[in-house]
Amino acid sequence: MTSGKYRGALGACLAMWLLALPGVAAANGYGLNMPVGVTDISARVYGLHMLIFWICVIIGVVVFAVMFYSIFKHRKSQGAKPASFHENTAVEVVWTLIPFLILIGMAIPATRTLIAMEDTSGSDITVKVTGYQWKWHYEYIDQDVGFFSNLATPREQILGLEEKGEHYLLEVDNPMVVPVGKRVRILLTANDVIHAWWVPDLAVKKDAIPGFINEMWTQINEPGIYRGQCAELCGRDHAYMPIVVVALEEAAWETWLNEQRAGQEAEQALASAELGFDDLMARGQRIHESQCAACHQVNGEGIPNVFPAIRGSEVATGSIDAHLDVVIKGVPGTAMAAFGPQLSDVDLAAVITYQRNAWGNDTGDVVQPTQVGSAR
Amino acid sequence: MSAVSSDVIHHEEHPRGISRWLFTTNHKDIGTMYLVFALVMFFIGGAMALVIRAELFQPGLQLVDPQFFNSMTTMHALVMIFGVVMPAFTGLANWQIPLMVGAPDMALPRMNNWSFWILPVAFALLLSTLFMPGGAPASGWTMYPPLVLQTGDAFPFLIFAIHLMGISSIMGAINVIATILNMRAPGMTLMKMPLFVWTWLITAFLLIASMPVLAGAVTMLLTDKYLATSFFNAAGGGDPVMFQHIFWFFGHPEVYILILPAFGIVSTIIPTFARKQLFGYASMVYATASIAFLSFIVWAHHMFTVGMPLAGLLFFMFSTMLIAIPTGVKVFNWVATMWRGSMTFETPMLFAIGFIVMFTMGGFSGLMLAITPVDFQYHDTYFVVAHFHYVLVPGAIFAIMAGVYYWLPKWTGHMYNETLGKWHFWLSTIFVNVTFFPMHFLGLAGMPRRIPDYALQFTGFNEIATIGAFGFGFAQLLFLYLVVKCARGGVKATDRVWEGAEGLEWTLPSPPPYHSFNTAPEVK
Repeated sequence: MTSGKYRGALGACLAMWLLALPGVAAANGYGLNMPVGVTDISARVYGLHMLIFWICVIIGVVVFAVMFYSIFKHRKSQGAKPASFHENTAVEVVWTLIPFLILIGMAIPATRTLIAMEDTSGSDITVKVTGYQWKWHYEYIDQDVGFFSNLATPREQILGLEEKGEHYLLEVDNPMVVPVGKRVRILLTANDVIHAWWVPDLAVKKDAIPGFINEMWTQINEPGIYRGQCAELCGRDHAYMPIVVVALEEAAWETWLNEQRAGQEAEQALASAELGFDDLMARGQRIHESQCAACHQVNGEGIPNVFPAIRGSEVATGSIDAHLDVVIKGVPGTAMAAFGPQLSDVDLAAVITYQRNAWGNDTGDVVQPTQVGSAR
Repeated sequence: MSAVSSDVIHHEEHPRGISRWLFTTNHKDIGTMYLVFALVMFFIGGAMALVIRAELFQPGLQLVDPQFFNSMTTMHALVMIFGVVMPAFTGLANWQIPLMVGAPDMALPRMNNWSFWILPVAFALLLSTLFMPGGAPASGWTMYPPLVLQTGDAFPFLIFAIHLMGISSIMGAINVIATILNMRAPGMTLMKMPLFVWTWLITAFLLIASMPVLAGAVTMLLTDKYLATSFFNAAGGGDPVMFQHIFWFFGHPEVYILILPAFGIVSTIIPTFARKQLFGYASMVYATASIAFLSFIVWAHHMFTVGMPLAGLLFFMFSTMLIAIPTGVKVFNWVATMWRGSMTFETPMLFAIGFIVMFTMGGFSGLMLAITPVDFQYHDTYFVVAHFHYVLVPGAIFAIMAGVYYWLPKWTGHMYNETLGKWHFWLSTIFVNVTFFPMHFLGLAGMPRRIPDYALQFTGFNEIATIGAFGFGFAQLLFLYLVVKCARGGVKATDRVWEGAEGLEWTLPSPPPYHSFNTAPEVK
């Protein structure tokens, strides 16, 4: 942090305080204001935000001007003698009515925008979004495509062992991809606790609630990459479940859909195949680090008294069936989720193989996808 | 504080040492204990805030585990709300209400003792969870299920601590109501009561109406966790959002419990130092009552994003916007009281003016948050954090400090150090803005609240906020020093203390006798 940047920040604060000019310092890396966004709704929301902001600024300037004039003029050291006036019905009615009229003036455009936002009819595409601790799942209802979206920032960056990248904490392995100019309906739910799906550029935020389905919609005007985060506290790694939406032209989106389907077919073919130990270990390490390491740590040692170790544990060195059971069904009443519905047979086979052979858990066991399938 | 004024011959006998404080039924002793308790908790809760701010100084994980970070945000809120602001107001009520209405003591002195002594026990339970396996509660002070049900051994301690705090508050509120309605001096009609008494009377009703709702909500959490009920579990036919409705039905009145007595304090201090009567006494009373009424029909504005029907969103948007009207009336009244007064700016007045300016800024951001379509963008971001800290820190906390500086000479019989008091005000005001003003920008730029780590574009303002927080925290040591110094000695205070002070408390000596008014004063 250079002192020049601090001066910029101070300038930013002063600009907001004195001139109330948002956006002045946005250029030097200190984002000041809400994004205008890339949808018609987000632009209307931004307009409302600025409208009410300026109304507040004007009221504030008037009230504080009167007050500070009084503070400078009507002080005992200036020889001011106290007046004795009090209670004036006319004044009191006026200062009740004027705010009321201002409020009505704000309520009308706000109501219009709200009605437009809540109208989820007439959608072209429906995506079901499910929140998990701590990742998102996207399912394209009519396109037969579905996948998990995990944080892609390496743990080394979080722990300060590597330099942080440009999109630190706002990058995922599989983004949600939608076509521009199409009305996308988003169905929201959650698997474990309440999450909230929020992308500022789209001006959509709603809670994902286990057992219930919420609805919202968006229609993106410009191709691009839009980043957001989970907005409802959802436990330890709440900060680490970002949202990335990629908006493509429709043709490119169709191509992406086909790639996804091809990938899923290849994955399904693997499920009935016999996989080699090295392949399983490599894939298993990747799955462990994205799915398990948040609690059980990269080195499998867990956190004493909070998250149990896998390294040297009874589960990971004892019977394979018990290990499968814990991972597939979870442990009720603890933070251990059921990964059966979240991971494919191949991924489960890989991660269990990895955990039974990594960090000195040298059981030599190899778990195949077919074994997982029959254990489900 | 046990000094006997020569001109007052009362029975001043009371036990000495620890048993004086354990068994006391005296409103002044109990008031002092509440205030000391609040001050201790202020530093504990403040230390937690500094852990949060230290971790947020830079992106990445530097100091604490995310789980512990979440425990800090949760405990910081619980300690500051239930351990600082509420006990401090109850302490001020204990000291001031009997003095202001001309009563010898509170109406229910034994219950008064009990309602205080429950508090240290409640907080011992709550703070002990920091040392438990699984750590302290980490689900936010709002305790939303299902997340809160993942709490470890700390869970029952959290629930029972909240039950105890609720019992303590309700007993305190009953005592306030009984005192105000039964023990006013002859001639003091309701519409002649000092505004601090009025605001506390309304606050007490809010407490009695809302705390049992919280108790019910957390009891349902307890049975969901241990007795296999499904109040908030969709798989068993329940609804997690129902908890939020019940919680905020308590939570919004609670917000005004934290601010109405502050309005009373400011409405007392501004006329004193403007040497001019409060502009609209009656409209202040009506505005307070309107705010209290509205507080029960706006709760869902805390949860606009849960997926309510359009009609619900519109109702809660309109009702929330209405609150701006009585709040505006209050601010206009304070300004009209200052207008053409003859003002001086001792420390209590500085804090009261600081309150008006910065509370109003919090009010503006509150109005912005009321606009539902825009709230979808603000909700659960640092914009909200900025908003409620503006109304709670330079709002509630500044008003409490204003009240303490204002009445401290009356309580102790000594003047505090005015120069240091002004230093305390200016340092607090500068640093509170350095801390919380940048949070508006962070929220608008997209930083969610309750995260220990953030994207790089939020770094600059987080650094500024952290610097401000440490400055604010250390500035409060000055307050501690001032209060202790003043309690121990100093320039003798006169009975009236402030030139423009009005009210029965100023007719008593400084410090007042152990039993306030043995003969009821006459109010004309």
